[in-house]
Amino acid sequence: MSDLSVSSMSAAGGLPQTAALPEAPPKVTVRNLNFYYGEHHALKNINLTLGANRVTAFIGPSGCGKSTLLRIFNRMYDLYPGQRATGQLMLDQTNILDPRLDLNLLRARVGMVFQKPTPFPMTIYENIAFGIRLYEKISKSEMDGRVEKALRGGALWNEVKDKLNASGLSLSGGQQQRLCIARTVAVRPEVILFDEPCSALDPISTAKVEELIQELSEDYTIAIVTHNMQQAARVSDKTAFMYLGELIEFDDTSKIFTSPTDRRTQDYITGRFG
Amino acid sequence: MAVQSDVIDDAGPYDRAKALSAFKLGDVTFYWITRLSAISVLLILGGIIISLIVGAFPAMKEFGVSFLWTQRWAPSADPPVLGALGPMYGTLVTSFIAMLIAIPVGLGIAIFLTELCPQWLRRPIGMAIELLAGIPSIIYGMWGFFVLGPFLANTFQPFMIKIFDGVPVLGAIFAGPPSYLSLFNAALILAIMVLPFITSISVDVFKTVPPVLKEAAYGVGCTTWEVVRSVVIPYTRVGVIGGVMLALGRALGETMAVTFIIGNSFRISSSIFAPGTTISAAIASEFAESDGLHQSGLILLGLLLFVLTFFVLAAARLMLMRLEKKAGN
Repeated sequence: MSDLSVSSMSAAGGLPQTAALPEAPPKVTVRNLNFYYGEHHALKNINLTLGANRVTAFIGPSGCGKSTLLRIFNRMYDLYPGQRATGQLMLDQTNILDPRLDLNLLRARVGMVFQKPTPFPMTIYENIAFGIRLYEKISKSEMDGRVEKALRGGALWNEVKDKLNASGLSLSGGQQQRLCIARTVAVRPEVILFDEPCSALDPISTAKVEELIQELSEDYTIAIVTHNMQQAARVSDKTAFMYLGELIEFDDTSKIFTSPTDRRTQDYITGRFG
Repeated sequence: MAVQSDVIDDAGPYDRAKALSAFKLGDVTFYWITRLSAISVLLILGGIIISLIVGAFPAMKEFGVSFLWTQRWAPSADPPVLGALGPMYGTLVTSFIAMLIAIPVGLGIAIFLTELCPQWLRRPIGMAIELLAGIPSIIYGMWGFFVLGPFLANTFQPFMIKIFDGVPVLGAIFAGPPSYLSLFNAALILAIMVLPFITSISVDVFKTVPPVLKEAAYGVGCTTWEVVRSVVIPYTRVGVIGGVMLALGRALGETMAVTFIIGNSFRISSSIFAPGTTISAAIASEFAESDGLHQSGLILLGLLLFVLTFFVLAAARLMLMRLEKKAGN
């Protein structure tokens, strides 16, 4: 049952599954992944899969490597010298770690939403159109349609439709974050990575973004890093618990939060450390 | 014990009030020192303007507004004829060409240093830029006179003159004969001199771009060039333009190096390879042996440079404000 969710720990568990959803075909497959910041061995032998059109949450105490793992999926670490990854990381049939891979194309396929909202210093309209223009030459009216669709996709259209020419920076924090989600969606990626997308948002904005993530999972494969365990329980289908650079447990979210196999997982989700 | 506690009770409030009043005195002193420092700037600026106007008054009375569009500069003629058109033209043209060269090169260096440069090369280039800023302008002047001038006159200028021979407009701008001393030579030296201003300020402001913002741009699939053009430069444009204005101010007023290599000719030529002069070069080369009306005319030139710089910087500020509006802020 859980053979697609190979993790060194959960495979040994063998407890009965209470899967809410059938197993999805794998979209991203991680095998024996190791990551180094210079000499520091930050990720140790990670094995897991992200199911297509599923939301996979990554939880664990600060510094456990969950954001590091996320930044490997779109090779963001490549921007910085001295960081390197070994092992295998497949996006469908593409090897993400292939040094000859076109990073711009990879990042169009694997979008990312960051911890803090990062609107570009331009108008709301341009924030969306900018990403589209990188890959496609389309007419003004077509672009208008794409921008509207992306903003609707980001659940932001009704709030900004009358001020598309205002600066992206003039929006509130929650709106900015949804603008960033809309911008990511506009490029039509296959996978969307969320790196603690709600940590700078108020509860109402957080609820909106969580709702949005659920909706987006119909069309995209989603990975989300979060410090908020309720959030992981609410939005995700699968949850991975990481600790000190290792993947401790990876299973259905319902199982992780009700009957975790590993003692450390249990301690963490019950708040005994972290 | 009881006595002691009484003393403390009595002394407490008393001491506090005293301490507070001492603070208050310090505060008032501090306030006045800072205020006087700020006011002294206004006083000095006002004093300079007034003394310039007083010194320039005889020339203003003699030549009137026509000083602005008279090209002839003949202090020994009888009666003397003085006009500021040549130096004003030279000042604007050399500064314009210098900025035309220095802005792209300076920004290019800054972008290379912050976005592309391998770590080990960063310090040597950064230090070279700072050293460039530390070279005294007289050294630039000598280098321009002995090295750059002959090089330009023997190779670059004949080449350009030949290429553009017969082309309308451009043919007149790049016209012969080649000369060691020319507007172009001075502009090139100015460009090198202001380069460190543009580069070091741009590097500083480029470093203030949050890494996550750049990552977001890379995250939608931008190339480095697209990140720089669409995120880094728009995000930092106020700072970059500030650096450019500082450089422009320097270029407009630079004296020593320009005096060496511009040729000190008051005649206006359409060719940038012809000798010319700038306001500050004219003042520097003539002030020592001037008197009377001639000296007053030079002071009037100085006043004009003051006004010219003010207007150029004001125009740049206006442009900045319009840019802000366009960006939707």
